[in-house]
Amino acid sequence: MFAIGGCARTGNEHAPLRWGGDAEGGAPFVEADPANPSRVRGFDVEIAEMIGRGLHREPVFVQVAWASIEASVERGDFSIGLSGVEDRPELRERHSVTIPYFEFREVLAVRFADSARYRTLRDLAGRRVATLGGTGAYQMLLDAKGNGGPIVVSYDDDVHPYSDLVAGRVDAVLLDNIIAERSLRRTGGFYIEPDPVATGHYVGVLARADSALRDSVNVILRARMRDGSLEKTFRAWHVWDDGQARYFARVLGDTSTANAVSAERSVKSVGAYLPALIRAGAITLLLSCLSMALAVMVGIAVAAGRVYGPALVRAPLAIYVELIRGTPVLLQLFVLYYGLSSVVRLPAFLAAVLGLGLNYAAYESEIYRAALQAIPRTQLEAGRTLGLSEAQILRLVRGPQALRLALAPMTNDFVALLKDSSLVSVITVVELTKQTAIYATNIGSWVVPGLLCAAIYLAMSLPLSRLARRLERKWSAA
Amino acid sequence: MTQALDVRDVHASRGSHEVLRGVTIDVAPGEICALMGTSGAGKTTMLRAIAALGPFDSGSIVVDGFALAPGPVPPESRLRVLRRSVGMVFQAQSLFEHLTVIDNVTLALVHALGWTRARAEAEAVALLTTLGVAHRVSAYPRQLSGGEAQRVAIARALAPDPTLLLLDEPTSALDPARRGSLGEVLRTLAAEGHALLISTHDVDFAEGFADRVAVLAKGVVVEEGSPRDVLSNSTHADTRALLRSPSAEPPK
Repeated sequence: MFAIGGCARTGNEHAPLRWGGDAEGGAPFVEADPANPSRVRGFDVEIAEMIGRGLHREPVFVQVAWASIEASVERGDFSIGLSGVEDRPELRERHSVTIPYFEFREVLAVRFADSARYRTLRDLAGRRVATLGGTGAYQMLLDAKGNGGPIVVSYDDDVHPYSDLVAGRVDAVLLDNIIAERSLRRTGGFYIEPDPVATGHYVGVLARADSALRDSVNVILRARMRDGSLEKTFRAWHVWDDGQARYFARVLGDTSTANAVSAERSVKSVGAYLPALIRAGAITLLLSCLSMALAVMVGIAVAAGRVYGPALVRAPLAIYVELIRGTPVLLQLFVLYYGLSSVVRLPAFLAAVLGLGLNYAAYESEIYRAALQAIPRTQLEAGRTLGLSEAQILRLVRGPQALRLALAPMTNDFVALLKDSSLVSVITVVELTKQTAIYATNIGSWVVPGLLCAAIYLAMSLPLSRLARRLERKWSAA
Repeated sequence: MTQALDVRDVHASRGSHEVLRGVTIDVAPGEICALMGTSGAGKTTMLRAIAALGPFDSGSIVVDGFALAPGPVPPESRLRVLRRSVGMVFQAQSLFEHLTVIDNVTLALVHALGWTRARAEAEAVALLTTLGVAHRVSAYPRQLSGGEAQRVAIARALAPDPTLLLLDEPTSALDPARRGSLGEVLRTLAAEGHALLISTHDVDFAEGFADRVAVLAKGVVVEEGSPRDVLSNSTHADTRALLRSPSAEPPK
């Protein structure tokens, strides 16, 4: 197994230096090289190369989702994570962290019309402010929330906060200046407030036990600051400015405090997170119920159309079912929320209900179609000889009997939907799983959040299964 | 007197097999006619054609003045008059499994005829009382015995007060004692003026309760007349084959 990284951590001088980053993060950090997409480039890539040279080890890039860098480095998937990882007190409590190699500013991006109105976070009380989940900016917004602060909208990527800002879905974006300026170049259409909300630093992150390697890396980083290599790299990627020069001077003049671990931050208790988890659970439940209601209504209509309709109706319905079942629900959510945003700008929650509901409708329709076709022909004929119209037979005889057959698979689907609803976090709806991930990232452990999350899911799905079983018993006794 | 049912020279086929090859039969109001024959003789095909559940190729079927045309079964919207005139009791009863006895009987009255629920229920209870199953009004079909289900199915078919009542093998699920009491019920219905066409191969039942017997064999009526004439003194080979067959046919 190539991924077993234990040997990479032993400090063997000649073993490759496995370093982790997220190429989805893109330039200037780490991006796939347009000239050769199997290679990566970016200032983090160049820093990894400098460290490799200093250690006499060949750098080997390991792709990892940005949000998982910390967990992966601790697992030993690679020795050092370099991908615009932000310095935070919790990071220093849980991992070995290099000296910061870059100072960035958290800046507010707003629409031009709002540039005079929204200059600070305080101006944004009650407004929707977007950011990337799990970042320092996200934590900053959470801290500001509540006492007249903004409404936090968290994204899994750094492109859509800005496109949604331009589209009017959010009122401001708080992220670091590098990402903000990159988005301004890419898409434009917004204004970056010149006064930073805060400053932060990028660091390399290593496993907690790897402090010896961390110290070697620190020596190399300082040397590259001193000899101008880092400056050259940052200039090449257009992220160098006077602030950076002042920062380097500060680091080189002070060697004592860079690695000081902040121990004052207490681990937040379960009690602090439980209300947020329960609230997120309520969102999951509401989202699932609304989506299922939509799925049942559309599913019944599609099934009836496919069983009773003429060929002209049946064909498009069959295409709908096959298209929905044959493509990932994640893709459908993206298309609905981002793809259609130039045509219709759906609020995130509505897009989530529509996306999940229309997806599950395809599955429901197949259940109902099978159930309708399972009703014996003589039941329908009995209805006909009694003078009932076809519509009445469907409503009074075939439908109710089919519903009894469909109940068990429907319950199954609803329980599946409860869990699939976690996918909507990609379109900024914070439901139970997303909230749990945020909780887990904050405390650096999945054990307690995972158990709580599982308990809440079960608390929702078990009563449902029970209710369905009771109904089935009642109907089968009849 | 006009016939409740007048079938002339009806041909019907299933695929390449011609099941009915020129059947002529009629039933008058107040009359019980037993359509007899061994399995596969075409009894059910004939009943389904009369009830407009299956197609026929040529000939004519007139029910209470309503003429059914040969060819595919017309859409329900063009069968309203026929549906009022013909009631059908299926061999396996085909009661609506999800409805109670009373709801089975009132369904057509409320939804096809637009009666109020109270009026429909009063009518249903009266019918079920006549048929001796009024005590089972709130039972579900699967809780009924074969005889009870048969009577509820008759009540359901009778509720809209059809001129002609078709019964497909009504005795197949009944023991001899219950066959007798079913016969009594059918005689009462005939006395009220209903015309009954009963497909059966139960010789004793036909002999005991039918006014007239028509023997169907290989798609044609080979013998017709009073039960005594046809069933006691028959010289016809097909009728004798019928008389030799066991009188209980397992339900299909």
